[in-house]
Amino acid sequence: MDARETSTLLYLDGVSVSFDGFLALDELSFTVDPGEMRAIIGPNGAGKTTMMDVVTGKTRPQKGDVLFDGIHRLTELDESDIAELGIGRKFQKPTVFDSHTVEDNLRLALKADRRARAALMWRESVDEETRIDRLFETIRLGALRSRLAGSLSHGQKQWLEIGMLLAQEPKLLLVDEPVAGMTDAETHQTAELLREINRQRTVVVVEHDMAFVRELGVKVTVLHEGTVIAEGSIDQVSDNERVIEVYLGR
Amino acid sequence: MTSFFAQGALPRLWRTVGRGIAAFVLVILGLAVVVPILNLALPPESPFHVPTYLVSLWGKYACYALLALSIDLIWGYCGILSLGHGAFFALGGYAMGMYLMRQIGTRGVYANPVLPDFMVFLNWDHLPFYWWGFNSFAYAAVMVLVVPGLLAFVFGWFAFRSRVTGVYLSIITQALTFALMLGFFRNNFGFGGNNGLTDFKDVLGFNVQAAGTRDALFGITCVVLASALVMCRAIVTSKFGKVLVAIRDAESRTRFLGYRVESYKLLVFTLSACMAGVAGALYVPQVGIINPSEFAPANSIEEVIWVAVGGRGTLTGAILGAIVVNYGKTYFTSGALAPYWLFVLGGLFIGVTLLLPRGIVGTVQHWWANRHKPETPDPDADPVGAPAPAE
Repeated sequence: MDARETSTLLYLDGVSVSFDGFLALDELSFTVDPGEMRAIIGPNGAGKTTMMDVVTGKTRPQKGDVLFDGIHRLTELDESDIAELGIGRKFQKPTVFDSHTVEDNLRLALKADRRARAALMWRESVDEETRIDRLFETIRLGALRSRLAGSLSHGQKQWLEIGMLLAQEPKLLLVDEPVAGMTDAETHQTAELLREINRQRTVVVVEHDMAFVRELGVKVTVLHEGTVIAEGSIDQVSDNERVIEVYLGR
Repeated sequence: MTSFFAQGALPRLWRTVGRGIAAFVLVILGLAVVVPILNLALPPESPFHVPTYLVSLWGKYACYALLALSIDLIWGYCGILSLGHGAFFALGGYAMGMYLMRQIGTRGVYANPVLPDFMVFLNWDHLPFYWWGFNSFAYAAVMVLVVPGLLAFVFGWFAFRSRVTGVYLSIITQALTFALMLGFFRNNFGFGGNNGLTDFKDVLGFNVQAAGTRDALFGITCVVLASALVMCRAIVTSKFGKVLVAIRDAESRTRFLGYRVESYKLLVFTLSACMAGVAGALYVPQVGIINPSEFAPANSIEEVIWVAVGGRGTLTGAILGAIVVNYGKTYFTSGALAPYWLFVLGGLFIGVTLLLPRGIVGTVQHWWANRHKPETPDPDADPVGAPAPAE
């Protein structure tokens, strides 16, 4: 590995992605510092989800550079490699393993040797059990541990998925619309949960809900048509004329 | 060795296998002992006497059950719907058939000590290189595993790396078995063309027609089937098995957790093909013939129906389904109902899909799991019925 090219944790430079001529990302560049929590907002079609797809290896950009931790060139790796490097992703629609119990969902996500051979030889261990217990304390689903994940409510699935993210012990969490479909109380609790997670890990949150972004109180990056149009605190960007024009003032 | 017992390997195995499977295994092993005794020790006029043809018939069912088990492992637990598993079964069968052909020696019609009859008939003067070694049972036994396993590995390597899934994968597996069928039908392929391999005389020095050999083959098939069931159970209850179910239910989520989905699929697909190959190898000496029609795409589809009828993702269901459907086939195709068998089979598939989507065993398991549930449903629970737990 060559030396670190940047001190930022996540570095995107001039990233372009087009689907059949539609430019989903247009020379997108921004950086996220270690330990930061960043909110990314933007209207529909701004390229938020495509940006996550590029970072997690689902989509290969036609142009541009994506560096993780200053040394890993993410454009050359696939999803499982990138997950192993320490980037966890929560999807917009909660995706948990419906026919596994809540506990097994966490167990599958626990940071461990992911190779097939290790999975065949796997045995229960005290260490694993304590790690799972600790996760249950964070996501508050302990009472449901032996229920099938498919029978959880929408909000519970969102939390289980956040728990699965934590179980991976990633350096960077990408969280796509974590409060979509949640009640106000659940939204508030989720903001608290994300802040708690941010004490140890870098978090990037993509969100529509402005009240939620305001509650998080972090630096905001505004995307529009695949490029960054403003960056700063929520108050700064809400005063930005361009932002008002494309997003807020409609 | 002390650590082996200190860690309680046997109790752990017992816990893994579970009561239901253990009972099933005991029944299969019991049959392996009792049926040959009833065949050999009782006089033919006794009402408990089992005629030799029945022993072979049930031996054939046991081979089909092993094949169905191999399909259930990949389809029921990993969501890989192979519509070409008959190809691996037939390849294992051909490997065994080649050994049995070489055992005929000078007893063939043309009495050629090296060349099987069909090669003499085609005026071939030497054995093709791919027939070398098949006079050795050990070599043939290795080939029974290696040939289907290697084909599955190469096929899977390309298919799973290019992320071919779902119906596209099923279509390619159909094409695979169809292409092999066309190949094996050709005389110059060197496997006996449309006649296939037959007229076997003996296996490991025992006459394949003798009642004792038939009984032994039946017993061996049962033991192999029981061991395969325990092995599959151990796999699906391990963390590996949980990953397989995760891939089945949400493949890309599994990838984002860092699991290399294609290696898991490749491993389980290759293992399944090896199991199918063993089933084919046990099938051939009991049936006495292997020909290219075993590669027919319709066979592979029928095999999937066995699993669907018995209960996808239940292991014991695959075994039961293979036996029930094939018993039905034997019953319907011998007698006045013979012309209607395909209608029955088609109707069975539609009926199971509509009325018993979990299959026989799946339905029973579901009912058993829910029998103690309170009358008022859990408000959070999925009203349509929660999916059955994956094991």
